[in-house]
Amino acid sequence: MSLVGARVLRKEDPKLLTGRATFVDDLQPTNCAFAQFVPSERAHAEILNIDVARALSIPGVIGVWTAHDFRDYPDLPGGLPDLERPPLATGRVRWAGEPIAVVVAENRYIAADAVASIEVEYEDLPIVMTIREALSADAPLLFPQHGSNALLTVPLVDDLDRIMESCDQRVSLRLTNQRCAVVPIETMGCLADWNIDGLTMWASFQAPHHLRNKISAWLDIPQTQCRIISPHVGGGFGAKIVFAPEFFITPLLSKWTGRPVKFSQTRTEAMLQMTHGRDQEHELEVGFENDGRIKALRMVVTQNLGAYADPTGLGLPVLTNWMAAGCYKIPNVQTAFRCVVTNTTPVAAYRGAGRPEATYAVERIVDLVARRTGIDPVKVRQHNFIQSNEFPYETHNEAVIYDSGNFPELLSECTRLLDYDSERERQRSYRDDPNKPLIGIGFSTWIEIAGFGPNGSLEGFGHLASWESAQIRIHPDGSATLFIGAAPHGQGTETIVAQIAADELGISFERINVVYGDTATVIQGIGTMGSRSVPMVGSATKVASQRLLERAKRIAAHLLEAAEEDLIVSNNAFSVRGTPGKKVGWSDVALASFQPLRLPPELQAGTLEERLFQESPNFSYPSGAYGCVIEIDKRSGKVTVAKMVLIDDCGTVINPLLAEGQVHGGVAQGIAQALYEEMRYETSSGQPLTSNLVDYLVPSAPDLPNYIAGRVNTPCPNNPLGAKGIGESGAIGSPPAVVNAVVDALAHLGIEHLDMPLLPEKIWRAMNPGSQREEA
Amino acid sequence: MTAVHININGRLHHHDVEDRTLLVHFIRENARLTGTHVGCDSSNCGACTVLLEERAVKSCTVLAVQADNQSVTTVEGLSGPFGGLSAVQEGFRQEHGLQCGFCTPGMLMACTALLTENPSPSEHEIRHALEGNICRCTGYEMIVRSVQWAARNGTDK
Repeated sequence: MSLVGARVLRKEDPKLLTGRATFVDDLQPTNCAFAQFVPSERAHAEILNIDVARALSIPGVIGVWTAHDFRDYPDLPGGLPDLERPPLATGRVRWAGEPIAVVVAENRYIAADAVASIEVEYEDLPIVMTIREALSADAPLLFPQHGSNALLTVPLVDDLDRIMESCDQRVSLRLTNQRCAVVPIETMGCLADWNIDGLTMWASFQAPHHLRNKISAWLDIPQTQCRIISPHVGGGFGAKIVFAPEFFITPLLSKWTGRPVKFSQTRTEAMLQMTHGRDQEHELEVGFENDGRIKALRMVVTQNLGAYADPTGLGLPVLTNWMAAGCYKIPNVQTAFRCVVTNTTPVAAYRGAGRPEATYAVERIVDLVARRTGIDPVKVRQHNFIQSNEFPYETHNEAVIYDSGNFPELLSECTRLLDYDSERERQRSYRDDPNKPLIGIGFSTWIEIAGFGPNGSLEGFGHLASWESAQIRIHPDGSATLFIGAAPHGQGTETIVAQIAADELGISFERINVVYGDTATVIQGIGTMGSRSVPMVGSATKVASQRLLERAKRIAAHLLEAAEEDLIVSNNAFSVRGTPGKKVGWSDVALASFQPLRLPPELQAGTLEERLFQESPNFSYPSGAYGCVIEIDKRSGKVTVAKMVLIDDCGTVINPLLAEGQVHGGVAQGIAQALYEEMRYETSSGQPLTSNLVDYLVPSAPDLPNYIAGRVNTPCPNNPLGAKGIGESGAIGSPPAVVNAVVDALAHLGIEHLDMPLLPEKIWRAMNPGSQREEA
Repeated sequence: MTAVHININGRLHHHDVEDRTLLVHFIRENARLTGTHVGCDSSNCGACTVLLEERAVKSCTVLAVQADNQSVTTVEGLSGPFGGLSAVQEGFRQEHGLQCGFCTPGMLMACTALLTENPSPSEHEIRHALEGNICRCTGYEMIVRSVQWAARNGTDK
């Protein structure tokens, strides 16, 4: 029986269900000290003085370090010239929460006391909180030496005006994709132990080799003396591939104190210091015919990077521009972007990273075209879809060639499961009934770019390369260990690759164990990000297993005195086709592989080990059609998602249970962005207003619906599995479906657009335009 | 420092702690039972949920001294007939009610308390009983299914 495609329960679960897993903060080696960072209280200021005397007098405080102590170390890797980020704020703070000093104490309570007792003298500078403020002519500059708050401007090479004018209609839309906090439930943490053998650091991170490469270079130590372990990691969602200064500083604190030093963020620290996501503004214009065909699309993206330019943050608007046209055949597309720095937490990858923003823009545009033409939004989508016989499809950007898909089928399956016609009927019948909620129906048909693996695709973000590695070792008893370069943290990759290897090798699932997340045991790895695990490390596992099996078959054939091509392998044994009973167990083949006297002469002992760095010729392009029905309480403006239909095409599905879990989690984050979440600041002071989970509204179980899931499968032609990846799909496809539904519910009031998050007050104001209260 | 005696999972733990020591830190750092997690500072996330005298509490919002001479059950104290797992634990395994697993110990304790109080909860009751526990990975539907699995297959069946 094939395990690929089966609902296999996870290998990961027993430890996690019994409290036996090991997250970083669970580690407590002998003599371990605790580090805590001193956050800036000001959004933008010169640091005049840091008084640590009172902190140092507290019993149990081991030391306090400031920027001056790190003067011999370079800026953090990946910055841009003139905008580098030092390990601790040096001279100037650029956002409220930026670390400016670090305390090491005997425990976390004493460390917190010490942090609270440190007095910092500031001289405030004028602040820049928004994109508009950053770009104004007399804007205060975060980096005076750079001469501007804008950077990396890719201008519009625009010849669309003539085409726009030739269209029956054109319409513009400005929209905001608001700043979100990532909020993995485990915050960021690490434990560094730098002893005579070198540095070992346990870090809550999605890419341990990536961190090892950068830290060893930064500390100027050989990689043999720099071991990074990502143990159990409590969610990452993109924020744990960022080179946070805490990871660079903590090893030095261990070295300087001669003790293991642990750092583990409080939630408030995480809200301010872990990178945020999204935060783009879009200026969009579309030209279209009265029959709903879209002729031209212009997109200008401005990315708020926060206080420093994180390398993945810089990539966000690039990906947004790449995916601007979605799954539509738009003959003329022009895109541009620019980035700005502001006095806010740096922005980097958050589940979807640039693609949710693109999808949101184009799906809002398509609904706007439907509104202006009076044509049903489903029909407008159908009019403009790339058809299933048009792949590979070259987009407006030469880097992006869609490989496969079937958008018409996705949408028709979605409308069927949504029961579209009867929901429209319900919408009509409820609208004027004061006791009934307003009903809105919204769709999002989307395509994303995933499977980050083509050579060059991750190097731009500072990674070593873009392949992913798998290494398989057969033990003398015929069990197998699989070492993978991915660093999963909830995705279930351990189960997934064991399913693939079990199928290919004929070794039972239970006899395969999977090792990851440790630079001392995994030969090299890139990491878990960009919906790449199944396409990349899954494919690496499949191909490496096949190669290893060829040699195993030679041994089995030798032992059985049979022809290799007559052998079949399953249930931990090799047997000869047509000769039942003539078989040899995997355990005996494995044993023979270590015994030269039993091997065919051309093979050497230890031959049953294989490693592969799997490359990919193209990205993968997961797609889907999501539809939702929302209800708005007419009195309060509260939105409830009543029905959510999710049709995904992620190519080959390895484990439907885990694939569904990935979609659910992504959709939950997407609905959260659409309805609840926004990282907000007080504009006059730059102080964060949503710095804990009281004020920042992460939804819990009563806030979210059940999902109706379906599937269309067009295999990915670019990898041996045919898999496209599914980690980010839900977060990419769902926000526009929800917002389109809310705007649809309010259509009779003339509302064409509302920015996220669609909190009750915003909806209520939209429904009651005459009742606006004076702003305080 | 105050002497605190807490019975955790049937074993008495005795430590001298500062009065301000949170129960969650007593459990994690004094008793060295690290299955119970900390996910926020404001008792919103519920990762630290344990049973204190059979009632689900957020152990980041209880002082260790408040739990003196009381009994606590943590995730390490759950067990049952499903290969050693309780019905709730097995339900989470069967229905993929966890991904990264960080919120899971708190979820398991909240679900255990729910099913003790209400052995056959409706979906609505499950969702509202878990209002104080945040999961960032699953989107909750599979957690609901996990609780329903446990309700169907509980030890009294």
